[in-house]
Amino acid sequence: MLQDSDRIFTNVYGMHDRTLKGAQARGHWDGTAEIIKKGRDWIVDEMKASGLRGRGGAGFPTGLKWSFMPKESDGRPAYLVVNADESEPGTCKDREIMRHDPHTLIEGCLIASFAMNANTCYIYIRGEYIREREALQAAIDEAYDAGLVGKNASGSGWDFDIFLAHGAGAYICGEETALLESLEGKKGMPRMKPPFPAGAGLYGCPTTVNNVESIAVVPTILRRGGEWFAGFGRPNNTGTKLFAISGHVNNPCVVEEEMSIGFEELIEKHCGGIRGGWDNLLAVIPGGSSVPCVRGENMRNATMDFDYLRNELGSGLGTAAVIVMDKNTDIIKAIWRLSKFYKHESCGQCTPCREGTGWMMRVMDRLVKGDASVEEIDMLFDVTKQVEGHTICALGDAAAWPIQGLIRNFRDVIEDRIKHKRAIAAE
Amino acid sequence: MLRRLYHEQPESFAFTPANQAWAEAQITKYPEGRQASAVIPLLWRAQEQEGWVTRPAIEHVANMLGMANIRVMEVASFYFMFQLQPVGSVAHIQVCGTTSCMICGAEDLMAVCQEKIAPNAHEVSEDGKLSWEEVECLGSCANAPMAQIGKDYYEDLTAERFGEIIDELRAGKVPVPGPQNGRFAAEPLAGLTSLKEHESGKTKYNASVQRATEIGDTVKRIDGTEVPLLTPWAGKNATPTSKARVEAAGGIEGAEAATPDKPAAAKAASEADRAKVEGAGDVERKAEAGKDGDSPKGQPTAPSGEAGATGTSKGDGDSSGAEGAKPGPKAGKADTAGEATEQPQDAGSEAGKEGAAGAEKPSAAASSEAPAGPGTKPETLSEARGGKADDLKAIKGVGPKLEKMLNSMGFYHFDQIAKWSDDEMDWVDQNLEGFKGRARRDEWVSQAATLAEGGETEFSKRVNKGDVY
Repeated sequence: MLQDSDRIFTNVYGMHDRTLKGAQARGHWDGTAEIIKKGRDWIVDEMKASGLRGRGGAGFPTGLKWSFMPKESDGRPAYLVVNADESEPGTCKDREIMRHDPHTLIEGCLIASFAMNANTCYIYIRGEYIREREALQAAIDEAYDAGLVGKNASGSGWDFDIFLAHGAGAYICGEETALLESLEGKKGMPRMKPPFPAGAGLYGCPTTVNNVESIAVVPTILRRGGEWFAGFGRPNNTGTKLFAISGHVNNPCVVEEEMSIGFEELIEKHCGGIRGGWDNLLAVIPGGSSVPCVRGENMRNATMDFDYLRNELGSGLGTAAVIVMDKNTDIIKAIWRLSKFYKHESCGQCTPCREGTGWMMRVMDRLVKGDASVEEIDMLFDVTKQVEGHTICALGDAAAWPIQGLIRNFRDVIEDRIKHKRAIAAE
Repeated sequence: MLRRLYHEQPESFAFTPANQAWAEAQITKYPEGRQASAVIPLLWRAQEQEGWVTRPAIEHVANMLGMANIRVMEVASFYFMFQLQPVGSVAHIQVCGTTSCMICGAEDLMAVCQEKIAPNAHEVSEDGKLSWEEVECLGSCANAPMAQIGKDYYEDLTAERFGEIIDELRAGKVPVPGPQNGRFAAEPLAGLTSLKEHESGKTKYNASVQRATEIGDTVKRIDGTEVPLLTPWAGKNATPTSKARVEAAGGIEGAEAATPDKPAAAKAASEADRAKVEGAGDVERKAEAGKDGDSPKGQPTAPSGEAGATGTSKGDGDSSGAEGAKPGPKAGKADTAGEATEQPQDAGSEAGKEGAAGAEKPSAAASSEAPAGPGTKPETLSEARGGKADDLKAIKGVGPKLEKMLNSMGFYHFDQIAKWSDDEMDWVDQNLEGFKGRARRDEWVSQAATLAEGGETEFSKRVNKGDVY
């Protein structure tokens, strides 16, 4: 179990002083200029040493991502864009950072921007987070006022501007290239890659897009050393992580824990156990809506990290948004709701996704009612395979996986429902 | 998903003066020529002001940003937060229905909406006060089920409590947002399991609820006086006025070393808090502010005026330190420098009596003595010499729309523009409706000088080749 002294987000519940003064008292904005003076290469190397993997879902190593940015400017400015478009169902961790511990993020933006030669940072926050936007803007104003950002930020000699932009309710804008399109004032439709954003991103300039949590942990990692961060969790799955646990646990919450913590320990320690006890656990979606669900009995002994969940359970850590479902849940309906979500949020650019998500939802509609034939289960599985991997961005994949997870893990439930319905019809 | 404009549209749309200033400040966040980036914030502000996005609003925003109407229309129809049809006059309620909330009882909440508001989503209730819809995940899953009402999240709801909230809204009250089951934020309900070592006593509310109760604008139609947009990036002591924006656009470095022209004076005045500049500066500042048509006078103090007007509870913002106090300090600092003390207070008490109207007063006064704004009006022509105007679109930054505007103001030729003095540029920049500050930002004068002599700029070459228009 993680000690409080090793927690990075010391005010994630917002119970303590949320102002700059409070943040400084908790150790933020301490020696920022000295960190910057150690230079770009030192920062990137230290981030690589920390083993930090992106916290936005894909788990790409953050230090490596930064190293893709051009070392020398060719005359174009470089940008850091922070992805605060937290819309993955189940995920509610960045919100707590932005409204309660905003200075971790702002300081991280300064350091990360410096490390990738960017003088400008945009934070793209989802449109619904209105108070969070106000709170974060107030914190940015404070930081400007104190000279921590702006010209000669924190006395480091680096000029740095930070702007807060927002979206208006499109899940797809959490995809990095769609986010850039949206930030340019267009519809949020993903771009083809390559070129990757590090080559041509925002306004055609080199850009790196990082998740809020990935950036917000940077200052603490650099202050305490990459080794310190790498000391938590298993190799290749290091560090601390904000877990957001929702659904049928006794005390749903957002909590910072060590990576690779056991699922049972996480739930028992922080959430007061499963509603109705462990025998009542039906299924868990361990990483936000885009990863396949896992049967409860397989989940109890699971290790919460990228590699275990992917290799052993065929799921993923994603954003560490854990949705717990007990045996009162209609699991088919729960996954149907995700299909509806993806149908609603498909941007409509690629045909397999635009048509496929609707098609999948309609078959799921009938599976919920049991109004289908058993062969259709395989047909649906086949359709998900036709969508997966055939679209510009990963939304098609994300729409396919929950259904694949359902069919892999709960085929018996679907078949029972169909048979039951047939039996009623036969009477 | 098919989303269309509503069949009945109002005649016109205009931002309130404070919203206009806010919108112009938004545009300064983006690099030159990239003002289209501000389209979502501007459309959103239009919706906050009117309740929904109307066709005139779309056209107005397109105009302000120099975008084609269809590009703004695309954005308005793509993003689901934009309501393309009228909503309830008091509030539009958005219930999160995605999986985490669904398994925690969101369907019961929607049943309450159907019973108490209207059978179908997006339908306005019989009394016209409320409307509702089911939305996708709002990102508050650990506090499921929840709904967004106006600016705020109501979390950890039960059907019963949700019904009470709707009734209270209908009765003109605004229930305190945030978790409804006694939780503070997203911590475990049974008590803290982490971060106990840092215990330092609680503030009363979490960050979101604190702001909601202090500002009191949960379901208010936003007029721009609630949360001003400071633009600290435009220079340390810049004030959030269009004046500051023009100055920023004109080059901050330039202004710092500038001769004592007007922007520099304004700057000096706003630095008064630090330098304790003598009274002269303040007088200047006052005069400045009076003339500046778009300056939302009294803006920093208006929130307290609002408090009186709406009867919602809030202190002076001191309880949460800088967070709530943020609108204040800028004005407060200026106060310390003698003269200026009276003026914001006056504005404040005035706003207290008259509510939002106070904020509009000075600008109304300013516009009555048109042409408003600082600077001197340059010499103009009533028609093009020889009836043939130059193609002003060859100047980078001037599109067909601006060309028309310039012609209507009496500018037809490159040499006219090339002759503008600094002072005259101030006047032009102030009077380019919807494009304020453009002339200086895009350096029209030097471009026009080249073109007037028969030379070419890189941009004009492209125009002549037909690449641009």
